[in-house]
Amino acid sequence: MNELRELYQEVILDHGRNPRNFRRIENADGEARGDNPLCGDRVHVYVKRDGGGGLDDVAFQGRGCAITTASASMMTELLKGRSEAEARQLFDLFHAICTDEAFDPLDMPEEFEEELDRLQVMAGVRQFPMRVKCATLPWHTFAAALDGKAKATTE
Amino acid sequence: MSPDSTPSLKPNYDVLAIRQDFPILAREVFGKPLVYLDTGASAQKPRQVIRAMTQVMEETYSNVHRGVHFLSQACTDQFEAARETVARFINAPEADEIVWTRGATEALNLVAATWGRANIGRGDRIVISTLEHHSNIVPWQLLRDGTGAELAVIPVDDAGEVDLEAYAGLLDDGRTKLVSVTHVSNSIGTVLPIGQMARMAHEKGALIMVDGCQAAPHMPVDVQALDVDFYCFSGHKTYGPTGIGALWGRKALLDAMPPYQGGGEMIAHVTFEKSTFKPAPHKFEAGTPAIVEAVGLGAALDYIEAIGREAILAHEMDVAEYARERLAAAPGVRLVGHARERGAIVSFTMDQAHPHDIGTIVDRAGVAVRAGHHCAFPVMERFDVGATARASFGLYNMRSEADRLVEALDEVAEIFGR
Repeated sequence: MNELRELYQEVILDHGRNPRNFRRIENADGEARGDNPLCGDRVHVYVKRDGGGGLDDVAFQGRGCAITTASASMMTELLKGRSEAEARQLFDLFHAICTDEAFDPLDMPEEFEEELDRLQVMAGVRQFPMRVKCATLPWHTFAAALDGKAKATTE
Repeated sequence: MSPDSTPSLKPNYDVLAIRQDFPILAREVFGKPLVYLDTGASAQKPRQVIRAMTQVMEETYSNVHRGVHFLSQACTDQFEAARETVARFINAPEADEIVWTRGATEALNLVAATWGRANIGRGDRIVISTLEHHSNIVPWQLLRDGTGAELAVIPVDDAGEVDLEAYAGLLDDGRTKLVSVTHVSNSIGTVLPIGQMARMAHEKGALIMVDGCQAAPHMPVDVQALDVDFYCFSGHKTYGPTGIGALWGRKALLDAMPPYQGGGEMIAHVTFEKSTFKPAPHKFEAGTPAIVEAVGLGAALDYIEAIGREAILAHEMDVAEYARERLAAAPGVRLVGHARERGAIVSFTMDQAHPHDIGTIVDRAGVAVRAGHHCAFPVMERFDVGATARASFGLYNMRSEADRLVEALDEVAEIFGR
């Protein structure tokens, strides 16, 4: 499989075309806007807590490339129903997958095996350094929303 | 194209010979011969420029306007000769009206910070167009915020042409003091009717400044025929080096303007009580200038003139119009911008894929295009696209390279569907 096909896997194209949880959460507890000043892409991430340290709902809106949109879509699916602590661990995991050449899936804690399988499709961006920010923007925006910050940027 | 630039196509525009002058064009990217379609962002450099810069550093380099020694004189001569080359290049009346800047961005900021601060006050209006690059928006916003002036925008129609009726309306009450517009839109290629816009501005007592970044390298520019008041362009978009550009202003305007930055090179006399300044252009050139770069820019302009801008224009438009036709016929492609007068810039989107994805995929085929907002957010908003892919052509491009782009878009359609 060439690097382009590895980047644009069917799963990514599907999430890019039909993003999940692509909506606003009206009574969100946290929301943030993420900008990629390089290309003008932007995402808006909404977070609704469940009152017990967990995430009841995560959704997003915005305008972006296939990578940004797919990454955001997959992120919302993965984060719904998680505890905040787990969400932050997944953030770190995702960051490693996208940026760490030495990342070894076998080093991961076993409880994230399934998540790892799903996120691994984004590993193709490692071969496209200019596109890593496309993949990570939604996650940074999510982290900003969680921390009560209004804005995130890839810069 | 603009009426003052009727192409007189040289029968033997030898693009292959021209390409030999650009070492980088011989390289491969991802195993494919490079197709460079991003000259609008920055142009590649011919050997003549590289050699001129090397020659200065190897043979004549020293600081300018300072020493009494041999090298200082030799280097100053080269540096000032480059200023004269810039003046000839845009038909400025005098070389003393050419101010070195880091580029067009600094030229626009310089006028905003000096002429603007001295002449713009509360209730005055500055007029720009929807087509401006951020560098011709933000300096005026800063001036507006510091003075209480108004910043107004000439709208564009669906084709991407400026609305001259609306423009006349913005001039009508006499409050407009300055119009600052681009000569050619960097994002969608529209050529603005600068001569006419200058006439209209002057009739209502306003000055006009023109950002010539996308015009100077591609078509004849005559600031006297255009009858504008300020004109600027960037060296690196003109086949010259980065870090250098030029501002031209009418002598009377430059003479009356306060200095820009303070420092060496720009002063006549300094005491702790008071300093006096050299006349223009030196009063705007504090500090040691970009000497090697200025000489490099001079060499670049000589290079362009040796080919001839009418010949370049005719050649580039032939390639760009061919690219437009082929792109328009490609599945899912939409061209953005259909101005009747346009430069060698083709902006487009694809229904299936975001411009960023297009840019990545064609890159792997060795084709370099710009994908994004082109530092022109308001244009993207106007045409309701977040971004576009843009092919911008230079004097070294060929029709076969437009073919390579279209073939590469096939791969986009292959991945994203037709």
